Amino acid sequence: MSHADPVPDARGHYGRYGGRFAPEALIAALDEVAAEWDKARQDPDYRAELDELLRSYTGRPSPLTDARNFSEHCGGARILLKREDLNHTGSHKINNVLGQALLTKRMGKTRVIAETGAGQHGVATATACALLGLDCVVYMGEEDTRRQALNVARMRMLGAEVVPVTIGSRTLKDAINEAFRDWVANVETTHYLFGTVAGPHPFPKLVRDLHFVVGEEARAQVLELTGKLPDAVAACVGGGSNAIAIFAAFIPDEGVALHGFEAGGEGAHTSRTAASITAGAPGVFHGARTYVLQDEFGQTLPSHSISAGLDYPAVGPEHAHLADTGRASYEPVTDAEAMEAFRLLCRTEGIIPAIESAHALAGARKLGERLGPEAVILVNLSGRGDKDVDTAAAYFGLVEGDA
Amino acid sequence: MSTLQSTLAQARSENRAALIGYLPAGFPDTASSIRVVEAMVEGGCDVIEVGLPYSDPMMDGPTIQRAADRALAAGTTTEEVFRVVEATAATGAAAVVMSYWNPIERYGVERFAERLAKAGGAGVITPDLIPEEADAWRAASERSGLDRIFLVAPSSTDERLALTTGACSGFVYAASLMGVTGTRTQVADTAETLVRRTREVTRASGLPVCVGLGISTGAQAAEVAAYADGVIVGAGFCQRVLDAPDLETGLIAVRSFAEELAAGVRSRG
Repeated sequence: MSHADPVPDARGHYGRYGGRFAPEALIAALDEVAAEWDKARQDPDYRAELDELLRSYTGRPSPLTDARNFSEHCGGARILLKREDLNHTGSHKINNVLGQALLTKRMGKTRVIAETGAGQHGVATATACALLGLDCVVYMGEEDTRRQALNVARMRMLGAEVVPVTIGSRTLKDAINEAFRDWVANVETTHYLFGTVAGPHPFPKLVRDLHFVVGEEARAQVLELTGKLPDAVAACVGGGSNAIAIFAAFIPDEGVALHGFEAGGEGAHTSRTAASITAGAPGVFHGARTYVLQDEFGQTLPSHSISAGLDYPAVGPEHAHLADTGRASYEPVTDAEAMEAFRLLCRTEGIIPAIESAHALAGARKLGERLGPEAVILVNLSGRGDKDVDTAAAYFGLVEGDA
Repeated sequence: MSTLQSTLAQARSENRAALIGYLPAGFPDTASSIRVVEAMVEGGCDVIEVGLPYSDPMMDGPTIQRAADRALAAGTTTEEVFRVVEATAATGAAAVVMSYWNPIERYGVERFAERLAKAGGAGVITPDLIPEEADAWRAASERSGLDRIFLVAPSSTDERLALTTGACSGFVYAASLMGVTGTRTQVADTAETLVRRTREVTRASGLPVCVGLGISTGAQAAEVAAYADGVIVGAGFCQRVLDAPDLETGLIAVRSFAEELAAGVRSRG
């Protein structure tokens, strides 16, 4: 958090991307969040409270695992896993959520709304609200409530109200639309606890700052273990929060290659994909200028990924900027490649990854083949796969009747 | 002076508010939407907001979402929007487009402005574009002689009211309440305060202030007409088309609704 650098300009632009394409009614609230965050990040009391929660509640620092067996399937390159899956609630999402939940209390608001795709951000938000005594409403596409029924039950167990969104494509993008509609009507009492590095300024910066700790820890852990920086850093990219989380601390290290792996679905050049940088075009979506999957008239195209958490037709604006400047490179990983990496990590390391994170693992395998056995590749294992066992069992035919 | 500006000036000279009706182009299909617009004008709408249906209408409630979905399902694209604008202008009413920003940017800001001006459109209402992000739009609208209608809201600071109205031409769209489009049982008490605050910064320019969101009866139109230059109604028209068993029945309902509202904007205290 302390080293988060001031990439965006004062209005939240990352080069030509980002900014604020939001209804005027929300501008005052966005300004309030930005101003409160500027104060909070410099307030020793706020930071002490957040650091203590990250340590004693989340379980930070998360460990670094030397995945020796998995490495054999990656061209022999040494694969180091940043274990965000071991955080409380099972993913990196909790880092951002605790920071914004504390910010909500500072702003004197009592109600939190959130969107969720896979349910990871929703579960983390419901958790923080239970801990801090905030009312919580989570919007989730109806399609996703079916794919991730277990997480719906978890959120309800934690006291959150889960609202299935039944309009549009009934996935993450529609949940975000609905959350914005709620926010504009209830902004006096309510904070929109945005879950990824997308949306209007200041969300991309706020969420990045709160996740900065991931890359900061990993950088020190890799140095301690290997005596040098990694050759490459790999992460999956949907909205892009876990990727920014592990990239940010390495951006000044020009010798470290940054690789984002988008959800290619059934192929990045088919209509069944969520690879917005690879297959999309610059546009304005959910409050920011960024890469968007869209038709020739600017209508959003439906996205597809086997992973609900990556099933989003756009990407955070900082990724769009990193892609255009060449500081990071982005390529697609198909559903099939991700599921093969998912199976492989289970079998070789005894770790069941989230299907989202399996895209990063599949990407690491490609990188390893390219870079060879001398290379050290840091992978953000952003979440655990308990929530995905149903999907995986059906995919691999592990359950009677599914074969 | 644009047709929008002269229409609003005419209403002002008649000591009444203007009636501004909204309909998504292509709802329920292109040809039918033109007939609905004609019924709205026959019933007394002075200005028509032709909506560009968009896949992700963040500021719209369920009624307009459904109408826009129907239009998209019928294959409506930006080209059909221009056809509806042309037909609207032919009725003699002023035509403005209401659009989220991405379809305009995707079409090409300059190209969109030129095409709209050629179709007889007078301007564009941009619900998710704020003046700070509108450099390209300012330049293009200036060149094509189109009005720029930005929004102000009850949460806007005085500083932002000045900034936003300073960037507007034609009129400024005052969102009556904090919320999305859709009918409400009563006019929000935030509306009159917002109009008063807005007038404090537009006194010199005389920029008309028109009020929208949640107005759906003749009585509500009359109430708002007492302090606003224009009354904007959208969901009420869409609802009548959605509820009708067939187009002809819908046209009758739309025309009589417009008449009710037109009487309302003429019965200012």
